Amino acid sequence: MRRLTIVAATAVATLLLTAGPTFACGGLIGPNGAVNLLRTTTLAAYHDGVEHYVTAFQFAGGGGQFGSIVPLPGVPTKVEKGGDWTLQRLIRETDPPVPSLLFAAAGASRDSAQVILQVRIDALDITVLKGGGDEVGAWAKDHGFRLPPDAPEVLDFYANRSPIFLAAVFDADAARARRQSIGDGTPVHITIPTANPWVPLRILALGKTGGEKVEADVYLLNDRQPALLPDPNANGLKLQVSEPASAGLLKDLRSDKGMGWIPQHAWLSKVRIDGNASDLRFDLAIDASGRGQPSLRDAGLAPFGPMQPPAPWVGWVLLLAAVGVGLPVFGGAYLARLATRRMPPAGA
Amino acid sequence: MSSVSRRAAAALLAALLLGVVVSGCGGASPMRIQITIHYSRYDPSRLTVPHGVPVTFVIINSDPIDHEWIVGDAALHQRHRTGTEPVHNARPTEITIPALTTRETTVTFDKPGVLQYICHLPKHEDYGMVGWLTVT
Repeated sequence: MRRLTIVAATAVATLLLTAGPTFACGGLIGPNGAVNLLRTTTLAAYHDGVEHYVTAFQFAGGGGQFGSIVPLPGVPTKVEKGGDWTLQRLIRETDPPVPSLLFAAAGASRDSAQVILQVRIDALDITVLKGGGDEVGAWAKDHGFRLPPDAPEVLDFYANRSPIFLAAVFDADAARARRQSIGDGTPVHITIPTANPWVPLRILALGKTGGEKVEADVYLLNDRQPALLPDPNANGLKLQVSEPASAGLLKDLRSDKGMGWIPQHAWLSKVRIDGNASDLRFDLAIDASGRGQPSLRDAGLAPFGPMQPPAPWVGWVLLLAAVGVGLPVFGGAYLARLATRRMPPAGA
Repeated sequence: MSSVSRRAAAALLAALLLGVVVSGCGGASPMRIQITIHYSRYDPSRLTVPHGVPVTFVIINSDPIDHEWIVGDAALHQRHRTGTEPVHNARPTEITIPALTTRETTVTFDKPGVLQYICHLPKHEDYGMVGWLTVT
């Protein structure tokens, strides 16, 4: 079974920092409608109100394009090639290297969603989109991808909270031309100013049905021990590592290309996800501020977004109720009024 | 008649008229049934229609992905589960509804029975895009 490994690290400097975002990876959507989740390695670090998100998209072979959509907690200011070995080093800290990847959509034409940023990194075409679930879904469709049947609900789930998505398209033909082998990853570093840290977990179940398993490893790096929601030891989650990050790890990470922002001290957490797709209907909210109050909303556990319009039958029920109540009331009042008018005054 | 009694009479008349409107639904006008697709589900997912009468189905796809509405018996659905037609529009009982669009189709069912309407795009049936149509 393929394992999706996500390394999400929220790193904070020695300064007091409020909540910082971390997030994981998205679901693969292929032109044939198939959903392919590959191992993903992701590092998300938070410092001075900026999220640094490093993930690697791995070449899965084949031809044409394939990709995935990743919900983001904010609008990125920069998308660039990531460090050379940051992800591998972080994974090696807690487990034998478990590379992984995930991916997103591709295409080109009518853009119902607003394209905020586009960049080509090796064989990857990355597009940052802003839009509601319908808009992003339409964009993906216009770009030749067939979203799985649960996509409309899942996209709305995220768009109601943060209408920012990253679509990463892996051009397999270009990868082969670059002599990339199956499993080779292309690291990408996304810089996102944001205030709310959360790791999108529900997106990992995109395209999976019923009892299909979702397996992922989420690594978090914060400046202090974070508070997590939901309980990282329930609901298919298990907190496997929670300890101060070693000086050696942080030093190594800091020395990689473009990774100088890694702080001197951090808290390392590893959350393993192993549950049924149908049960994974939440995200992982993180309070890295030390206040111990991760957000219900960021975990996807609180209602948000516009109210749903009432079902069509509600109008008929209200109408019938109005008729049923109004008729005797107004009719009775009218008849009583007439009877009163015809009745001679008392004592007349 | 005082203003109060006039208002009461008007309210009574309005209520009676509304009652007539409600009871008049489903009368002589052609039968039209609206099916909304939202989050890859049919609403309603259970319908009853008479046989021998043209029925117009108005199918609203509110999702940003394509869907199908294919109505028929078990044998028809079995064929579609392994079918290769990318788009359906040639038969009134087999309709493709592109993302965020509405399609209408008129069908006359020739005999009573219980049919299903299903979207046969990959994984959609497994996800729950199934409805039941009883023809009386």
